[in-house]
Amino acid sequence: MIAEIGLAALWFAAALALLQLVLAFAGLKGGKPELLGAVRPAAVTQGILTAIAFAALITLFMRSDMSVLLVATNSHSMKPWLYKFAGTWGNHEGSMLLWVTVMGVAGAAVALFERALKRDAHMATLGGQAAISLGFYAFLLFSSNPFARIAQPPADGQGLNPLLQDPGLAFHPPTLYLGYVGLSVAFSFAIGALLTRQVDAAFARAMRPWVLAAWVLLTLGITAGSYWAYYELGWGGWWFWDPVENASLMPWLAATALLHSVTVLATRDALRAWTIMLAVVAFSMSMVGTFLVRSGILTSVHAFAVDPQRGSFILALLALYIGGALALFGWRIGSVREGAPFELVSRETMLVVNNLLLTVILGLVLIGTLYPLMTEAFGHKVSVGAPYFDRIAGPIALALMVAMAAGPLTRWRKDKAGVVGKRLLVPLAIAFVVSISLSLFAWGRIGILPFLGLVIAVAVGVASLAPLWKRKLLRTPLFTYGMVVAHLGCAVSLAGMACDSAFTVEKLVAARPGDMIQTAGWSIRFRQITPIAGDNWTALQADMDAGRGGSSVVIRPQSRFFASPPTTTSEAALLTRWDGQLYVVLGEEVEGGRWQLRIWWKPFVTLIWLGGIMIALGGALALVGRERRGWVMKWRPHNHNMTTEGVEA
Amino acid sequence: MRKLLIWLPLVLFLAFVGLFATGLFKPDDRVIHSRLVGQPLPAFTLPAAASDRPALASAQFVTGKPRLLNIFASWCVPCAAEAPQLMALKQAGVEIDAIAIRDARPDVDGFLQRYGNPYARIGLDARSAVQMALGSSGVPETFVIDGKGRIAYQHIGDIRADDVPMILDRLKDAQ
Repeated sequence: MIAEIGLAALWFAAALALLQLVLAFAGLKGGKPELLGAVRPAAVTQGILTAIAFAALITLFMRSDMSVLLVATNSHSMKPWLYKFAGTWGNHEGSMLLWVTVMGVAGAAVALFERALKRDAHMATLGGQAAISLGFYAFLLFSSNPFARIAQPPADGQGLNPLLQDPGLAFHPPTLYLGYVGLSVAFSFAIGALLTRQVDAAFARAMRPWVLAAWVLLTLGITAGSYWAYYELGWGGWWFWDPVENASLMPWLAATALLHSVTVLATRDALRAWTIMLAVVAFSMSMVGTFLVRSGILTSVHAFAVDPQRGSFILALLALYIGGALALFGWRIGSVREGAPFELVSRETMLVVNNLLLTVILGLVLIGTLYPLMTEAFGHKVSVGAPYFDRIAGPIALALMVAMAAGPLTRWRKDKAGVVGKRLLVPLAIAFVVSISLSLFAWGRIGILPFLGLVIAVAVGVASLAPLWKRKLLRTPLFTYGMVVAHLGCAVSLAGMACDSAFTVEKLVAARPGDMIQTAGWSIRFRQITPIAGDNWTALQADMDAGRGGSSVVIRPQSRFFASPPTTTSEAALLTRWDGQLYVVLGEEVEGGRWQLRIWWKPFVTLIWLGGIMIALGGALALVGRERRGWVMKWRPHNHNMTTEGVEA
Repeated sequence: MRKLLIWLPLVLFLAFVGLFATGLFKPDDRVIHSRLVGQPLPAFTLPAAASDRPALASAQFVTGKPRLLNIFASWCVPCAAEAPQLMALKQAGVEIDAIAIRDARPDVDGFLQRYGNPYARIGLDARSAVQMALGSSGVPETFVIDGKGRIAYQHIGDIRADDVPMILDRLKDAQ
């Protein structure tokens, strides 16, 4: 019954999306403006229905209803409840339902809370959102029905991939999807703006909170995913340039560029066409990423079920939506007036530099990700690995960081290069001191990129605090704090990355119980191997005492065996200290009762994710700051003065 | 210029769609082309893995006549599934040698008794050392060795019934 309710809700939601599209179109173009009154209720109801469908699927998973095909193939009654719950989206159909739900709920939120847009642009935006949703409803209902029943229910399910049986699964995919699909709102805004020919500062101010919200969630999702891969895969790395990771990075790069260009548009009414383009590109990257992941045309460590029919369905959706949006762009953007001009040395220019560099990185990551596909079309098999991405994206990212240090210290409209240079004096001096001391203490031991990374991280960290210099801290607007925290987060994260690649100590040993292992100042005593049993797994666990200097702590890396489906995973033992992490992986037994142990000491590696959280926090502060400012403006309409924002931001 | 720029994204995107479509609809070529094809067999001497078959050394492949070298193990299920095809190849007059990976003599004897014994010689590779040298990553795999002791073809995975004619062709080509 629950499955049928879910399916019915999905069909009704799809029908409402169609209705919403027709109403918006007829109301705007067909000369029946009275129809527009029904668009917002349709969007809200659609959001509620998708939420009902999703809740139905969660209930089926929680109850382990094996008469539903999806539950039987992806769950198991013995699983802990958290993984039954999270297993809902740990598979193709469930994750696509999550996609559609986020889209529906985001559409409802736009219908309910968007007040800044003019009515016709608002309606066109909702029409655009309905049009995109419709394609994904069709995909779900015609080729990936999550509620399909089986005639002969099995006694129990086939279980969930053990790598996914981790609390991270409850958090990482939904956050990532909220961000991914949240960008659909920016896409719909762009479509609405193109259709109604309203590309201006007011449009940008209306779009900005939605972009910010999606970007914050995307940042959190990527950060969580990176940490998850770091501790769950047991490879000691935090980013692998895997196609699936790139699929989440590319929308983030585009959204980050969009976030900055939309600020230029909101504040100075410049970069009109470019902002629209980025809004289209950001969500397009989400869809391209989904296509790459779901169609299986690229090989990835994230092995998803591959089905060419589904691949062609998503490709058709891609061609329709992205192609349609780009065609609309080409057709309409000529009629959008050029935005306001600006001087060469100005905040606008710095933000254009930011956008260009982000776009170049995006392009290079896209090419690197698709290169195997391109060469395969000509009969060669090639794989593009981390060295390409590190070498190509690394230097440009460093240049971007430098621009990030200078940008906030440059005035809008017009500034003097000499004055900006003077404001950068302190960070430059600090960079100089850091590079001298690094050369003295670590010359020849660290590579050029980590070296530059550390120097730039420190300089940017200092420079990012500079916008607060000599200001009344209590009267500084919240969104300025947001920018400061986010930029500082970038510096913190970069410092973590540079420390990890410069100073990590790795040791691979075959040790017997009773052995003592010394590495990077740590003494690790390997006491014994004990077998233990968990909820739905058994494991071999190594008991060890790890210490430096005085006291020691017990750590327990495990090699886990899951019976359903039969798989072995390695659970790394992580010991976090203020100055880094000790990372121990238990490998296989080798001859003579010895065990392979892989031990890393990673100085300051945690800064990578701390920085990621700070970036997201900065975004959240900016969002709250802007919104609160909007409320204040509403109460004091006489003080609504655009230029103050320009000075403060 | 601006006009051109405006349409550039669409053109680029259509090129990508073309690329995606070829990637999606092209018949999937999952064959891994071995780098060892054309190379001589790595030198090895292995002890006998079964009670009633002699041991195996790389020199024994230089006979002037192509042979098959099958990599298998008694603990490997696909190897059992592959056994009838190997028997069919033997009946077609093909000479087959084998290397048993991480195995023990009683287990190999039992396996051959159950699934048939198409092999002339069987070497025991207890630590996968020869398997690694051959660039083989799993069981079963089958190599076509030409009469001069060079690798002519590497087949990864079990030989299915419809692979048999192809293997026979490879052997003919290696002559």
